[in-house]
Formats: sequence, structure tokens, C-alpha cells
Amino acid sequence: MELITQYGTVLIVLAVIFGFYMSWGIGANDVANAMGTSVGSGAITVRQAIIIAAVFEFSGALIAGGNVTNTIRNGIIDPTAMAGTPEVLLLGMLSALLAAAMWLMIASWRGWPVSTTHSIVGAVIGFALAAIGTDAVAWPKVIQIASSWVVSPVLGGAVSFLLMLSIRRLILDTEQPFQSARRWGPVYVFMVGFFISLVTLFKGLDHLNLELSVTGSFVAALLLGGLLALVGWNMIRKIRLDEAADRSFHFSSVEKVFTPMMIFTACAMAFAHGSNDVANGIGPMAAVVGIVQSGGQIASESVLPFWILLLGATGIVLGLATLGFRVMQTIGSGITELTPTRGFCATLAAAATVVLASRTGLPVSTTHIAVGAVIGVGLARGIGAIDLRVIGGIAMSWIITLPAGGLLAALIYLILRGIFL
Amino acid sequence: MPTSNPFGNLFGKSPFPALQDHMRAVLECARDVIPLFNALVAEDLAAVQRAQQRISAAEARADKIKNEIRLAMPKSLFMPVDRRDLLELLDLQDSVADTAEDIADLLLERQMKAPPFLQPGLLALVKRCVETCEQAAQVIEEFDELLETGFRGREASLVEAMLAELNAMEHETDVLGAEVSRTLFSHEKQLHPVDAIMWYRLVEWVGDLADFANKSGNRVRLLIAH
Repeated sequence: MELITQYGTVLIVLAVIFGFYMSWGIGANDVANAMGTSVGSGAITVRQAIIIAAVFEFSGALIAGGNVTNTIRNGIIDPTAMAGTPEVLLLGMLSALLAAAMWLMIASWRGWPVSTTHSIVGAVIGFALAAIGTDAVAWPKVIQIASSWVVSPVLGGAVSFLLMLSIRRLILDTEQPFQSARRWGPVYVFMVGFFISLVTLFKGLDHLNLELSVTGSFVAALLLGGLLALVGWNMIRKIRLDEAADRSFHFSSVEKVFTPMMIFTACAMAFAHGSNDVANGIGPMAAVVGIVQSGGQIASESVLPFWILLLGATGIVLGLATLGFRVMQTIGSGITELTPTRGFCATLAAAATVVLASRTGLPVSTTHIAVGAVIGVGLARGIGAIDLRVIGGIAMSWIITLPAGGLLAALIYLILRGIFL
Repeated sequence: MPTSNPFGNLFGKSPFPALQDHMRAVLECARDVIPLFNALVAEDLAAVQRAQQRISAAEARADKIKNEIRLAMPKSLFMPVDRRDLLELLDLQDSVADTAEDIADLLLERQMKAPPFLQPGLLALVKRCVETCEQAAQVIEEFDELLETGFRGREASLVEAMLAELNAMEHETDVLGAEVSRTLFSHEKQLHPVDAIMWYRLVEWVGDLADFANKSGNRVRLLIAH
């Protein structure tokens, strides 16, 4: 374990720098996509979105960011394949981080649509292949992750489709849409709180020393959902029927009811994004820190240090504050098509899907799920025009990002090995 | 950092507000046909000219919007309704403006004068035809609501009722048009033969305003077909 005793601190510092850089990049680039449906529908301003994102990305990363981090740290690589050679895993994770960060930089500079999740997963696989071979990759897990990339946007789309139909059925296509909206609004808010907290709390939160039974989770989720519904009800109560606006557009008042409700889904979405995407930055970093601190032990099950989550969460918020807000402004002003009812459906569906995936430890792409959810609303004939060319872009990011991240990671690994070993 | 993130590129330009803009310009053309014929009956050539110029300007605006809509409607666009139906609707709307312009141009170019026996029936026909265009424009204004409700349910029924009304109005203009033609026939020997032919043509064109308006409505019916 010469490497660790000699360079342990250097490696940790490097991992922290790269990991922080990745988290920063996620905040700068990715958060805007997560908040796009909320800002785009005009329900919240860019300023409000940034505040919401800062608070809930942070809490999402901190409270629910552990599962996905563990998957990236030690789910993709079969730890037994490297049990005797921790230094390989050490350098490999560093290369994966650097490769993913570099690829993201190249891609954003060229304007290619890429996903941070795909970059990091590709990079981890790439280094494992280069360093040890096909045996080192936990293929069943990789297949599970890859299929989640197809399933999750479809699931998001299906959920938003059904939500849109339910809003039509219960609210828009009724005798008095405004009264129906006021009646059902709190129920929808309840759904936001109940579902997100249930999925998050289910099976407890180990790293926060919070153990909850199944019943406990249900009760807590019911309470939280009820609390949110009460707050939502109080906000909706103050909205008055605007007859003048309703004359030119019959559903103006209904949309006004959904505007404050969008705040809840925006929070849920930021929370979901934080819980899933913080792992891309800190997963490999946590692996490096874990190995160095244990003096060369590769533990498949170890507790994630809290400070690492904190670091990742801070990175995301910092990225948001320095660059992310500008991306958010461009996206937010580009969408006039998304009214609050449609934005609500898309955001709630996306948030629910991402949280569900995070809880099962699957690193999914928040952006792709958000796109899927919007297409779901479109399939319910709710959006004037969706440019299906983005699907081509998404397919490209699947086909190109994985090998690109992998190749880069393999290259960097070979270079690092030349320097350190 | 330039970003071409999938989310930002997801939304195409919705054709519906643009179609409404187009219809508003078209309606301006149609509305000015009333002052056009009033000026004709009053034998105020300057006023005829002014009306013709307004119609021509509005028609040019409608054309511009039409071309923009076509450019913004690539095949990759996923819309709640069929792309071909929308493009045909656009063409039919545009035909109303084209017809209004043709009417104004012919009146001005040939410096036509409305013979007194024709005037009452003609003005009544023009009025009803323009009202039919107004009704069609009303239907197009319902697109926001139709989109909100997914082209289904109560809103679709409401539009269906408006379309039935549109149909009935168009039928009325047919009856009025036939009446004017009969009047024209019974007096045609008093007119110069070329004038007579041109008046037959004009009566037909005025009727076309309502006809194209109704056909636009029929396209909308396809959009809410179930």
C-alpha cells in the first residue's frame, strides 16, 4: 500500500477537487433542466427558482443522495475483482471523475446534449475495462442502470400523461372548472408531499440515523402530505375568479389556481434532482476517500461520510449561483407553451420518477425524465408543438457519451498509472 | 458555456397562436369588404380606393404570417393535431383574404358601379358573408381552450355548436347569393354584357368569402373528430 501511505493526502485532495468540480458543473448545467418546467410555465420567477433550487437541491443531496452515490461508488464495479489491488480502484475512480468532468466541459463547449449521469457511469465502466477487463464490471448492475435510462423517461411520460388526463377529467372538463380546481387543488398538493416523502422515508435514512418502519414511513408521509395540502389549500383559498381574464381565455382562473401549486412541484423536482445527481460528483470521490481512510480496504458496504454529501450539495448550489441561473434564464424565457396545469403534471411526474429511481439507487438522467414527462403531456394533446428532434439528441447522448466517457477514463487511467505506480 | 440542452430545444413554436394571428389578419380583409361596397354604392371612388388599400395591406400581412407558420412547421414537430389538417386550414383561411383582395381589385380596376336594382340584395349578401367570416374567426379563437382540454369534452361540444351555426350562416349566404343572381338575371339585358358577366363573377366571389370561411370551420371539425 505504498501509494496510499505516500500519496494518500494528495489523492484525497485531488478527489475532492474533481468531485467538487463535477458537482459545480451539475449545478451550472443540469439544475436549469430540472427547473425548466417550473420556470417555463411562468409559475415561478427565475429568482424564486434559484432560491428553491438552492434549498431543495441541497436538502435532496443531503437527505436522499446516499443510495445513488453508493451505486456509483461500488455498484458498477465488482469489488472482489479489485480486492487485492486497492490502488487500481483508487486511480481508476480519480480518472473516471476527471474524464467525466472533461467530457462534460468539451460537450457543453461544443453545445452537445449530454448527461452527467451517462458520463460518469461510462467513465467508471471505461476505467474498469482498461484496468482489469470485462470481469471487473458488474454487468447485471450495468444492464439494470442502462435499462433504467430507457424505462425512466417512459415512466415519467406515462405518469404525466395520466396526471394530465385526471386534471382534464376532474377540473377542466367540468361545469365550473374554477370551483373544481379549488376543490381538487389541495388533493394534488397532497400527492406531491405524500409521494415524495414516502419514497424518501421508505426503509429509513441510514446515514441520518433515522430508522423508520414501513408504517412509520406511511404515517410520516401522510402527515407531511396533509401539511402541504393545508398550506396549498390556504394559498388557493385566496385566489379569486377573474371574470375579465376568463372571457378571453376560459381557463385563466384555473391556471391561476395551479400557479401557487407549482411551487410545491418545483421544490419536489429540485429535491429529486439533488438526491439523484449529487452522486455523479461525489460517488467516485467517496470511493477514493473511503479506500485511503481505511488504509486500502475496499469495503462494499461502508457508511458514506456526511461531509462528502455536504461538499457535493455545496458544489451544486455554487454552480447554480455562478452559472446555472443564466442557463435557467434562457430556458425559462424559451417556453411559452407550458401553462401551470401542464407544467404541474410534467414536473410532478418527473420528480416522482427521479425520486423513485434515486431510492432504488439507480443513477438516472433528470433531464431525460423531464423531457419524457413533457412528451407525456404532449401525448395527452396538451402542448402545441414538441420538437421530436430532441429525442435524436437524447439517443446521441446515450450512444456517444458512454463510450466517450469510457475512453477518456481509460486514457487518463493509463496516464495516472504511469505517474503513480 | 453555450448550452444546447435537450430541454431547451424541446419546445417548438406552437402553430395555434400563429393560426389565430393569421385569422385575425384575414378577418380584417373580410371586414373591409363592407365599407368597400358601401363606398361603391355611394359612388365614392376615393373611399373604394382606401378600402382596397386596407384590404391589400391586411392580405399581405396574412401572407407573411402564413409563410412564417409553414417555415416553423417541420415534420419533426409533434402536435396534438394532424399537421396536414393544420396546413389545409391555413390555406382555407388564406383563401378568404385572397378572395377579399380579388373582389376589391376587380371593383377598382374596372371602376365598377353598382346598378341600383342590385344594391339592396348585394349589401345584404356582403353583410351576411362577412358575418360568416366573423363566426369562423370566433371558432379559431377557441383554439386555446381546445388545446387546454385536449380537443375533447365540453369545449369540443361548444365548438361543434359554433360550427353548426357557421354552417347555417353559410347556407343563408347561398340563399342570398341565389337571390342576387336572380335579380341580376332579370335585369341583365340593361347592362353592358361584360359588366353583367363581371357582376355574376363578383356575386360568386362574395359568396366565396362565406364558403371558404365555412370550409375552414369544416377543417376544425376534423381536428375535434372523435
